[in-house]
Amino acid sequence: MTYKERPDGRKFDESRKIEAKVGVIDNADGSASFKIGNTLAYAAVYGPRNLHPRFLQDPSKGILRCNYNMMPFSGSGDRIRPGGSRRSKEISLVTQKALLPVLNLDNYPNSVVDVFIEFPQTEAGSRCAGICAASMALADAGLEMKDLVSAVSVGRVDDQIVVDLDYAEEAYEDGPVADIPIAMMPSYDKITLLQMDGLIQKKDLQKALEMGKKSLKEIHEVQKKALKEKYQGEVK
Amino acid sequence: MGKINVKDKDVVIPGEILAEGMDNFPGSGTYREGDNIAASIVGLVSIDGRTIKLIPLSGRYIPKKFDTIICKVIDVNMSGWRVDTNSPYSAMLSLKEATSKFIERGADLRQIYDIGDSVVCKVTNVTSQMLVDVSMKGPGLMKLSGGRILGVENNKVPRIIGKQGSMVSMIKDATGCNIVVGQNGLVWINGSPEGEMKAISAIHKIEQESHMSGLTDNIKQFLGSKIENKDGEKN
Amino acid sequence: MDRELRSHIIKLAGSKTRLDGRGFTDYRDVSVETGVLSTAEGSSRVKIGKTEILVGVKVEVMKPYPDAPDKGSIMVGAELLPMSSPNFEQGPPSITAIELARVVDRGIRESKSLDFKGLCIEPGEKVWMIIIDICTINHAGNLFDAASLGVMAALKDMRFPKYEDDKIDYKEKTDKKLEITGTPISVTVLKIGDNFMIDPDIEEEQAVDARLSVATLEDGTLCAMQKGGDTPLSSEEIISMVDLATEKASDLRKHIK
Repeated sequence: MTYKERPDGRKFDESRKIEAKVGVIDNADGSASFKIGNTLAYAAVYGPRNLHPRFLQDPSKGILRCNYNMMPFSGSGDRIRPGGSRRSKEISLVTQKALLPVLNLDNYPNSVVDVFIEFPQTEAGSRCAGICAASMALADAGLEMKDLVSAVSVGRVDDQIVVDLDYAEEAYEDGPVADIPIAMMPSYDKITLLQMDGLIQKKDLQKALEMGKKSLKEIHEVQKKALKEKYQGEVK
Repeated sequence: MGKINVKDKDVVIPGEILAEGMDNFPGSGTYREGDNIAASIVGLVSIDGRTIKLIPLSGRYIPKKFDTIICKVIDVNMSGWRVDTNSPYSAMLSLKEATSKFIERGADLRQIYDIGDSVVCKVTNVTSQMLVDVSMKGPGLMKLSGGRILGVENNKVPRIIGKQGSMVSMIKDATGCNIVVGQNGLVWINGSPEGEMKAISAIHKIEQESHMSGLTDNIKQFLGSKIENKDGEKN
Repeated sequence: MDRELRSHIIKLAGSKTRLDGRGFTDYRDVSVETGVLSTAEGSSRVKIGKTEILVGVKVEVMKPYPDAPDKGSIMVGAELLPMSSPNFEQGPPSITAIELARVVDRGIRESKSLDFKGLCIEPGEKVWMIIIDICTINHAGNLFDAASLGVMAALKDMRFPKYEDDKIDYKEKTDKKLEITGTPISVTVLKIGDNFMIDPDIEEEQAVDARLSVATLEDGTLCAMQKGGDTPLSSEEIISMVDLATEKASDLRKHIK
């Protein structure tokens, strides 16, 4: 069995089309949108701000809270009931873990930085898109960060290693599939998010990670460009 | 020999390598990583001799000692007033720092500053845990009556004030408004409806063009042209 | 309520102007886009000034309510997302969100512009349920009018998906649209001091004495109303507010194709 061609004609190491924009939500302290294929993520950062209830406060530093949420009409199947699911709670957690290593909140004791990630429409790869948008929004909020965070999913479909799996590939039935969302600090080649479901051999995992790194470099460039575009206007 | 990858006024992004080698020093908004100096905020490059620092372009206000800020009274308790500072941390305005007048024992403190009142105060102390004290004893520190409060980006405040207050004076003169600029990104404006609108437009223009060259001239022209229009209508 | 802000708004009103320089009966810039989401059966994005909302329509097939075996139905939900305002919190819908959804729902339902019988697939067994969700992207005031406009635009944009062998195939949209006979439009009129104004921004909403949302049809028929705010209104005041709302509704209706 072999996997010869991707359903949308992409090369195996090619991600879907990417668009990014910074400063999309006026009320927020920082905000960004990130679109990959048909998956669209908005991220808004509020904070550092006062944290209630008090028992949640950390007197040694500010805390980061992330919330991943799909809008009710964002799935291609039935309507999604609002109010969060076990899935969205888990993704919120891994998103927070993916972003924390770059963020320095030491100067903001007892406060909170809230990141709200919302999806108007999704078609695979939403947690990675959310992380990309969130890291741009955190930078836009003026927070101290060691690096941005870029994310994409890699994996295998049958005998091929691929980057940025779409729905059809996740649901591929003629052979084994592995879906591996990764997030990375692109300037340091350090991985901050790694999940996997499916089946894969160790040597293929290695190949997949290498392919992911290349794609993440491209995503990082798009993120940087979007951030610079917002601020360059004030300078010239 | 060290190499600097950026020049003055470049916009840089966290993680970007600004300089390589040990010949240069990391200033604010940057950090050293091995032999390199990298950006830790979105900022504007400013090279001062061998020090590379970044001017922040965004971010919330964080209280600093000696800042003059505009606060809103949010609560009254036994020992004074709790005020919102437009930052993550509220501040305490104690009885003895509240006014140069004598406050009688048991006086109704809401008669002096009521909840919802806006006041101009000075930050007198900030602890490591961000407990903030403010005072209203000093020139220009007062309760603000009438007028309106405009929120601006706090990192643009120095531009709105200008060198020795030149920018804000210019706006005051051209619009006839009374203006107080708080370093916490709140601006109080009180004047005629047209004057206020003009002052607000000028302030928004400063925010948008804050790092462009010739800002003072641009704003002067902006205010000037508007005044001429108004005079023209009158004639 | 913000006393200082309110007295300043009243002072400006004395010169027939508002905080942002608008006149009492001016809307901020309004834009309505439709077909903006690929996953919804109908969608719209509405901007009024810096306020921005997304509306998405999904459909489901369900058993009809026993008291209306030959009628489908609609359901309107509103999510005041914490992303869109520092004052919105996470959690179950707040009372503000519920009010917003219900006012928009009534404006459409009671206008009788939708043919609920046309949503019947098999009497007593299967009917279409149209589920409309409003999500706030940025809240800068006047969500009522934005939401009602967005919902009408999204309903008109909606296409039924293919329904075969008791299953909805969401991937395949048909050409079938909803039967819509009228376009109810809601306009919210605000009372601050003795002044009536429309399209409040955030600051004006904080200083409001009373508000009245009025949904009207093309011919001026009223189809739903909701009074808000803490101050009572006289019947004369209500009539002037209704007049203003009706007049402005015809302007807003032009944004819906």
